[in-house]
Amino acid sequence: MSTATTATPVIQARGLVKRYGHVTAIDGADFDLLPGEVLAVIGDNGAGKSSLIKALTGAVTPDEGEIRLNGEVIRFNGPQDARAHGIETVYQDLAVAASMDIASNMFLGRELLRPGPLGSVLRMVDKKRMREEAAAHMADLKIGLRSLTQPVETLSGGQRQAVAVARAVAWARSVVVMDEPTAALGVKESGQVLDLIRRVRDKGLPVILISHNMPHVFEIADRIHVHRMGRREALIKPSDYSMSEVVAIMTGALTVDGDGGGTVVADEAAAKAAGVRPN
Amino acid sequence: MTTSTVPYGNLTGPSRLRRLATAPIAGPLAALVLACAFFSLMTDQFLSGGNFSLIIQQVMVVGALAVGQTLIILTAGIDLSCGAVMAFGSIMIAKMAAEGTVPPLVAVALGLAVCAGFGLLNGLLVKLIPLPPFIVTLGMLNVAFALTHIYSNEQTVSDLPRALTFLGETFPLGDTDVTYGSLLALGLFGLFAYLLSSTSWGRHVYALGNSPEAARLNGIRTGRLTIGLYAIAGLVYGVAALLLISRTGVGDPQAGQTDNLDSITAVVLGGTSLFGGRGSVLGSLIGALIVGVFRNGLQLMGVASIYQTLITGVLVILAVTVDQISRKRIR
Ligand SMILES: Nc1ncnc2c1ncn2[C@@H]1O[C@H](COP(=O)(O)OP(=O)(O)O)[C@@H](O)[C@H]1O
Ligand SMILES: [Mg+2]
Repeated sequence: MSTATTATPVIQARGLVKRYGHVTAIDGADFDLLPGEVLAVIGDNGAGKSSLIKALTGAVTPDEGEIRLNGEVIRFNGPQDARAHGIETVYQDLAVAASMDIASNMFLGRELLRPGPLGSVLRMVDKKRMREEAAAHMADLKIGLRSLTQPVETLSGGQRQAVAVARAVAWARSVVVMDEPTAALGVKESGQVLDLIRRVRDKGLPVILISHNMPHVFEIADRIHVHRMGRREALIKPSDYSMSEVVAIMTGALTVDGDGGGTVVADEAAAKAAGVRPN
Repeated sequence: MTTSTVPYGNLTGPSRLRRLATAPIAGPLAALVLACAFFSLMTDQFLSGGNFSLIIQQVMVVGALAVGQTLIILTAGIDLSCGAVMAFGSIMIAKMAAEGTVPPLVAVALGLAVCAGFGLLNGLLVKLIPLPPFIVTLGMLNVAFALTHIYSNEQTVSDLPRALTFLGETFPLGDTDVTYGSLLALGLFGLFAYLLSSTSWGRHVYALGNSPEAARLNGIRTGRLTIGLYAIAGLVYGVAALLLISRTGVGDPQAGQTDNLDSITAVVLGGTSLFGGRGSVLGSLIGALIVGVFRNGLQLMGVASIYQTLITGVLVILAVTVDQISRKRIR
């Protein structure tokens, strides 16, 4: 991990633990996100990726461990805290209000009020301005939707995903987090989400991308955080490893050796089955 | 600009007329208009200002309860205690004011506060324990019912000061006499229609009803919001208590015993979904009017009141069926 020392990580976590009753969803996990990078987080189902992301974005409070934002120790009391620090998340189940329209969802929890006493006294929301700004964000990200007054429940899976992504990108000031944004999408729609991620990175924002899809990860990630059984198993560059090696690390067949250049076989039979041998 | 970009020619969405036709209250509104047309044809007395004023007086108590009930049902909850809380509030206000323990307006303020307190207690139990709203409000129904009978000694309270019966007085509107209470009830609907449709609080209520977890992840403080909604609903039941007193002119411990179900009927007929997140108080007003129009029209036609109940029951089942089917179609 020689690169990790050059810049202060945007988000850094050490020794995170989160238990749900008898289940330990996060089991002493570390995490590092560098400025401007796309960091892929991969791992088996149930490895604890979503739980890790929820801990980093204030959606759950970890039982143990420390989170630093730009070097400063921080404790989030709820998702609104993380949002106030510019961290925006596209959760796996999207967290949209189905019966509400696209513009309302974009501004959910931070509605714009009308100027003057209509807003300050009568608390009236500014529907027109929210629609206009939502349209501007959508256009900025080149997301095409027929009408912003459509309820989200009338949209296709890909369009819903686009709304959730657009919402996160529109508000993010320091980090965008996406939990399996392409899992429910077809090839074309997945490609559009990957394009979106590139555009976000080109704006200079770091992106955390949780994904199962190895080709996507290798296409877009600057570094890969491999999560296994509640903790970080490895933090590697995609250029140093093949896809099958990374999958083998994910499943525990291989482990990364001390200086992160190569791998050692942890499980001889599994490694053979996966067709990977170091060197 | 790439070719994949679709221009935003249609920011405001479908035309006003189209939106009205597909609005969730279009169905209930059509049912109300059809019912009015039907009864106008069947009886001569139906279509008159006086009769409409009467219908509004008959539905305003249940209508006011339906405002609070709408708030709870929008969160996918249900409030069985509303009628009993109203009855307790009305007895308390009537008795304190009639006995002169406190000035009438202080009695009113205390009554409203106690009703809001019942609601607050409902909300705390639903959110903090947490318990299903159905069970909590069923328990509270019995508590409030018993307290009403204990506090009143089963006695009807009469000889109320004018401050309490004032809402039952009328003013002329054209050739019709309208009660001040009807105005208050309509004002209540207007106020909550505004709050729900045009404030961020209202948007948070809908988001909460759609998905509490999504609302939470969007930074909405769902606990506070839920508890507040139950307390506000309680306060609204207090206003219903004032309307009840003004309508009957007495404090009656037997009042309001079926009003909880009637308010749910009005809300459901008005197109508000029992699954939460969709509906409106305007719909509930229409729902309450549908019940009132049917009762009144059938009565004018000389149909026995038990058939009125029968038809209301059929209407409710119809409305819930429509809700369920339209939800399935969306998925
Ligand atoms: N809210 C919760 N309550 C109980 N167990 C949970 C909860 N969230 C996650 N878990 C458990 O924690 C483990 C990790 O889950 P998750 O973080 O969703 O993994 P992933 O996203 O990698 O599939 C699983 O065993 C899951 O069942
Ligand atoms: Mg997950």
